[in-house]
Amino acid sequence: MSQWEVVIGLETHAQLRTKSKIFSGSSTAFGADPNVQANAVDIALPGVLPVLNREAVVCAIKFGLAVGATIAPRSVFARKNYFYPDLPKGYQISQFEVPVVQGGGLAIKVGAANDPNATAIDKQVRLTRAHLEEDAGKSLHEDFHGRSGIDLNRAGTPLLEIVTEPDMRSSAEAVAYARALHALVQWIGICDGNMQEGSFRCDANVSVRRPGGPLGTRREIKNLNSFRFMQQAIDFEVQWQINEITEGRAIQQATVLFDPDTGTTRAMRSKEDAHDYRYFPDPDLLPLEIGPDWIAEVKSGMPELPQAMQARFHAEYGLSAYDATIVTASFSMADYFVTAVASAGAANAKTIANWIMGELAARLNKSDMPIEASPIAAAQLAGLIQRIADNTISNNIAKKVFEALWNGEGSSADEIIDKQGLKQITDSGAIEKIIDEVLATNQKSVEEFRSGKEKAFNALVGQAMKATRGKANPQQVTDLLKKKLGA
Amino acid sequence: MLENFVSPYDAHVVERLAGAGMVTLGKLNMDEFAMGSSNETSYFGPVKNPWDTARVPGGSSGGSAAAVAARLTPAATGTDTGGSIRQPAALCGLTGLKPTYGAVSRYGMIAFASSLDQAGPMAKSAEDCALLLNAMAGFDARDSTSLERPAEDYTRDLEQPLAGLRIGMPREFFGDGMDADVRAAVEAALAEYRKLGATTVEVSLPNSGLSVPAYYVIAPAEASSNLSRFDGVRYGYRAPEYTDLNDMYSKSRAQGFGAEVKRRILIGTYVLSHGYYDAYYLKAQKIRRLIAADFVEAFKQCDVIMGPTSPSVAFAFGAKSADPVQMYLSDIYTISTNLAGLPGMSLPCGFGQGGMPVGLQIIGSWFGEAKMLQAAHQYQKAADWHTRMPENLK
Repeated sequence: MSQWEVVIGLETHAQLRTKSKIFSGSSTAFGADPNVQANAVDIALPGVLPVLNREAVVCAIKFGLAVGATIAPRSVFARKNYFYPDLPKGYQISQFEVPVVQGGGLAIKVGAANDPNATAIDKQVRLTRAHLEEDAGKSLHEDFHGRSGIDLNRAGTPLLEIVTEPDMRSSAEAVAYARALHALVQWIGICDGNMQEGSFRCDANVSVRRPGGPLGTRREIKNLNSFRFMQQAIDFEVQWQINEITEGRAIQQATVLFDPDTGTTRAMRSKEDAHDYRYFPDPDLLPLEIGPDWIAEVKSGMPELPQAMQARFHAEYGLSAYDATIVTASFSMADYFVTAVASAGAANAKTIANWIMGELAARLNKSDMPIEASPIAAAQLAGLIQRIADNTISNNIAKKVFEALWNGEGSSADEIIDKQGLKQITDSGAIEKIIDEVLATNQKSVEEFRSGKEKAFNALVGQAMKATRGKANPQQVTDLLKKKLGA
Repeated sequence: MLENFVSPYDAHVVERLAGAGMVTLGKLNMDEFAMGSSNETSYFGPVKNPWDTARVPGGSSGGSAAAVAARLTPAATGTDTGGSIRQPAALCGLTGLKPTYGAVSRYGMIAFASSLDQAGPMAKSAEDCALLLNAMAGFDARDSTSLERPAEDYTRDLEQPLAGLRIGMPREFFGDGMDADVRAAVEAALAEYRKLGATTVEVSLPNSGLSVPAYYVIAPAEASSNLSRFDGVRYGYRAPEYTDLNDMYSKSRAQGFGAEVKRRILIGTYVLSHGYYDAYYLKAQKIRRLIAADFVEAFKQCDVIMGPTSPSVAFAFGAKSADPVQMYLSDIYTISTNLAGLPGMSLPCGFGQGGMPVGLQIIGSWFGEAKMLQAAHQYQKAADWHTRMPENLK
């Protein structure tokens, strides 16, 4: 592989979370009966006209700000002309020569997503542009007795098409970029990220070349709607291109589809069949003008971005880079963390992060629940962690309380500790009394310890803890026992 | 293509006129998709000119013009992309007005060329046109090119005298292209205006000779895209037999559109194609800006511009239908106002060869409708051409 360099650029269509369509007042909700969310504009009756949805523009501005791009003060909607039954006007309103978002970039971490010990490689993927356009409807090729059905509910749904420079060098980098973008668009609230429903779809332009050589001819893999398929499709495509070239055949520019069942890509159309889209500025729409005031207004309503948050968590709470990345993996995760820290205090931030990544993540994972559905609210977890911090309970008891909170046995850690009598015993007199009893009833262990068996000490600690049903402060038990045994 | 199509909604102008108490009598004939200057391209057969049924009524709003000229209705609406209100008004002896681009909502008008289309009134007099325009014009949020401005009373200046009015006569409109009978009537009208206290000044629109070629790039380009929705999928004509999707498209559009419409779709598709876009479409847009700039210069010297609406009176059926370019040239004086987005109107100013009406064109500055209507109304108080009607109707 090393004698070949892989070059990948991605184009992503993110459906924007507006209530209505980009050029009409119809709802954009997913899953309605066919064609009930298609009005006169969406089905392109004679005489209807498009009116731009301001919210879609707000989404584009948010995205531009989030990736450090230029928000064009004046951008132009253009018509992309082609015939297809799910394209009612015979053209798609898009942006061509002057897109609304120009440039920018996205930082990605490659190779560390699932492994805290791996060294993540930081990389910046440059963005070429992002532009607003309308989605097409859907052609339904089944269940119509040999005919095709057309559902125009999706026609006119706002899309942001986000295009990268050919900056990625492996399927892993492409997936890392797609994941980072997927997280970002959800983070800033412009896309629901639902890949099954087609809210976030990627096309990958893939070519191979000799390192340092000119760019190879690319083939575009269309409509990748899962990260796993993206990885498989690119890996297959790369190997296929290398084989072709090695066997002396030149790569022809083409559009290909990935078949998840066979794990292969196959050509859909070649360059010769490519459409001439006859783009021209849409005379029904004025140029989109975005002034500094509008940008400032949108900016003031933007959440803190993950990277800024990671840096802040590192500086303010001493979280490691890995921990900071995990707790900012999604907006809801970060929100949970921030709420818990606000409640339990910054001094407990590291413990909170550990609990979120450990106990909570495991439990959520087991129940296949997103963090926003967690039965333990951020403030409840914060209450639990405060009781660990102030020595009311030990870590081990805390796990019991966590379990009880998860099962709804109480509304707060304090209530459960109180009700179930889990408060840690820290009175040295009481602990001493228990230790004396343990020493008296476990003479054998005492002798073993005295004769040099270190393990016997642990057995005695265990007995003392058992006698208090785990409530004794383990450190105090250890200290007192050592004193008694003269160790 | 749309023979049996009934729109499930009303256009903005229809809503506005109904709201003002007007009763819609019916639909009128026109050139197919507003593409024609003689009504000979109509799917339903040509409308005849009430002044002489062997002659065309003009187009594309020929049905509207003929109906008003024949006194079947006091007023009609029309749409004007390159002269389709003014030219038939001239050929049928009516007063017709194309408003400033953006003054009347295009919502509900079947688009021909979106950046040029405007709806307007056609009636006997300027006063009627002013009253109709009061109802038709106004901001509509459903048309993004509709201009948000305070409502205007277009009748407000009708009774103001014309003393001091500066009339610009474009040198280019009074050249060789105009028939002698049209020239005589238009010059007589200008003489009448001078009697009414107006002054005339020669102005120049140096790029107006490029208006027809620029128009026949821009309008077909937009039309080729606007008419793509007529694909046989959702409504309108679908070929009865076809083999696959592409065949359905080809046959439905080949059978459903007339020759002139297909000619313009082909031209428009060509000028937008890869490799030709810069040479045709972009260049035509540049010319369009030059034409608008010419008017800006001209209006520094005058309040309104006047000249002929059409180079000839109504011609006989078949006289120009074999040569599209000859037909296109009948809009030579009207097209530049559409390209510049200006308001323009035509009013009767006499009769020419064969006793056919001659139209005087008035072009106003942007949103200069009230001034234009004032000039027309004051003329109509002094001259009675607009009250004449065809002999056989008396």
